[in-house]
Amino acid sequence: MRVFSTLVRGWKRLAGIGEAELVPQARLSGPMPWVIAIMVALTLIAAAAGLALRNTTNAAAAELEGGVTVQIVEASPEARGRQAQASLDLLDRTPGVVSARLVPQSEVDALVEPWLGVSGADGEAIPVPALIDARIDGALTAGRIARLQRDLRVVAPSARVDAQSSWLKPVFAALDSLQWLAIALVVLLAVALVSSVLLAARTALGTNRDTIEIVHLLGGTDAQIARVFQRSIGVDAAGGGAVGVALALVVILFLGRRFASLGAGMVDRGALDLVDWLLLGIVPLAAVAVAMVTARLTVMRTLRKML
Amino acid sequence: MNQAADGEIVHFDNVGLRYGTDREVLSDVSFTLYPGSFYFLTGASGAGKTSLLKLLYLSQRPSRGMIRMFGADAITLPRDRLPAFRRRLGVVFQDFRLVQHLSAFDNIALPLRVAGIPERELERPVADMLDWVGLADRMQAPPATLSGGEQQRVAIARAVIGRPDLLIADEPTGNVDPEMAVKLLRLFEALNRLGTTVVVATHDVHLLQKVPDSLIMRLDKGRLSDPTGALRYPPRRPASVSPGGLT
Repeated sequence: MRVFSTLVRGWKRLAGIGEAELVPQARLSGPMPWVIAIMVALTLIAAAAGLALRNTTNAAAAELEGGVTVQIVEASPEARGRQAQASLDLLDRTPGVVSARLVPQSEVDALVEPWLGVSGADGEAIPVPALIDARIDGALTAGRIARLQRDLRVVAPSARVDAQSSWLKPVFAALDSLQWLAIALVVLLAVALVSSVLLAARTALGTNRDTIEIVHLLGGTDAQIARVFQRSIGVDAAGGGAVGVALALVVILFLGRRFASLGAGMVDRGALDLVDWLLLGIVPLAAVAVAMVTARLTVMRTLRKML
Repeated sequence: MNQAADGEIVHFDNVGLRYGTDREVLSDVSFTLYPGSFYFLTGASGAGKTSLLKLLYLSQRPSRGMIRMFGADAITLPRDRLPAFRRRLGVVFQDFRLVQHLSAFDNIALPLRVAGIPERELERPVADMLDWVGLADRMQAPPATLSGGEQQRVAIARAVIGRPDLLIADEPTGNVDPEMAVKLLRLFEALNRLGTTVVVATHDVHLLQKVPDSLIMRLDKGRLSDPTGALRYPPRRPASVSPGGLT
């Protein structure tokens, strides 16, 4: 109970509750809450995009880890089938190979259908390589792949081995860049928020200079005056933050549904989980805290110049 | 809160004040204020009355000289100790300096709120004070809707509500009718009897006669004179009398 009352007192001191309303409150009629709303909305969208990209990258990396694809690039269907079977047998006997599966012709046809069309994907008109999807335990080094390639060439001269993750390396690199972009956006928006609050606090100080002088002459302390401004900005930030959260939720949920409807496996796995939502929930709270601390520091610094 | 001892409450020693690089507006000002005394500060317009009051209510530091207030050096006093000193002062500004977006009630309650008095404890004294200055029916009125005289009464009520040790009033009766002027002077006297040192700056000579026990300080072109000799030889009087209320 004592801890609770201490917490309540601490919050009241922080929020300035109990102080006379010395500064006229603009509330949502002023520009500050809307600036904060936009900042919070953009930060949330950028953060959500960053988290979704991280999820996508992690999911794809986990799925492709240890995966290799063996292609039998052979024009003759008979030779191709023979070499594919020989490769499959060899892989089954090779230590470290966890699984190996010959990708059925129907799946291969479906994969190339978007580029070659239905008539071109029947395996007769245009030769399409046979594919073996294998999974290897442990680290998939260049040396292991080279060794596997060498062994396979003995039984299947047309075999080519590729690590699945290497195909997507440029994609991962692009996703990484996008994540950094999202982080940079969040940082820039935080800086913009601090700058806006700084400007608003200075403007409010200038506008209310007479009131501040009177309160000073009546024995008001810098901390009391700072609390009043801190509370005012805090209320603006909380109101603006709530509006920003609502705006961001609409955008995030809308985009989430649109991406989900694409049905692409990699995009599907970018969905935000509970921890992500909790992290996003910190954004408006952090915005309010940053705004209040900025306001307090700005006001205290300005007041120190007055007698 | 009032000075218990009969010692000095304020002491100015060779104080000078200039704004920027202009000539001094106050020169070689020396005087002592004693607890429970009533002072009138007179002088022509521009003589430096308001500047002297600014030094008294710690809104300005002097350019030279020494000021002791409540036993401490007011010039070298650290900023963080100023609020505690200012809470022992009551100030009636010539231009009232009311907070425009606050009601008459909230303006009067301001010193109590600044001092951290809980809301439930300030309602009664503020209402009593509003009643005393005849503004009980205007308690929610913002200053802009009050006449000059009403604003002045709010300013006076705000200055005295905290029962200050030192009350400083700059032309406090300038905007009120003679009847209200006398009533306000009686309030100042009542406070004075309770131990508050009162300094009233005025150029109204009729006002001086209404407080027989008062001491007169006269400023002339920034220099202080002692026309009655009362400053040099202040009459001994008790620092406080038994409280009889303000009314």
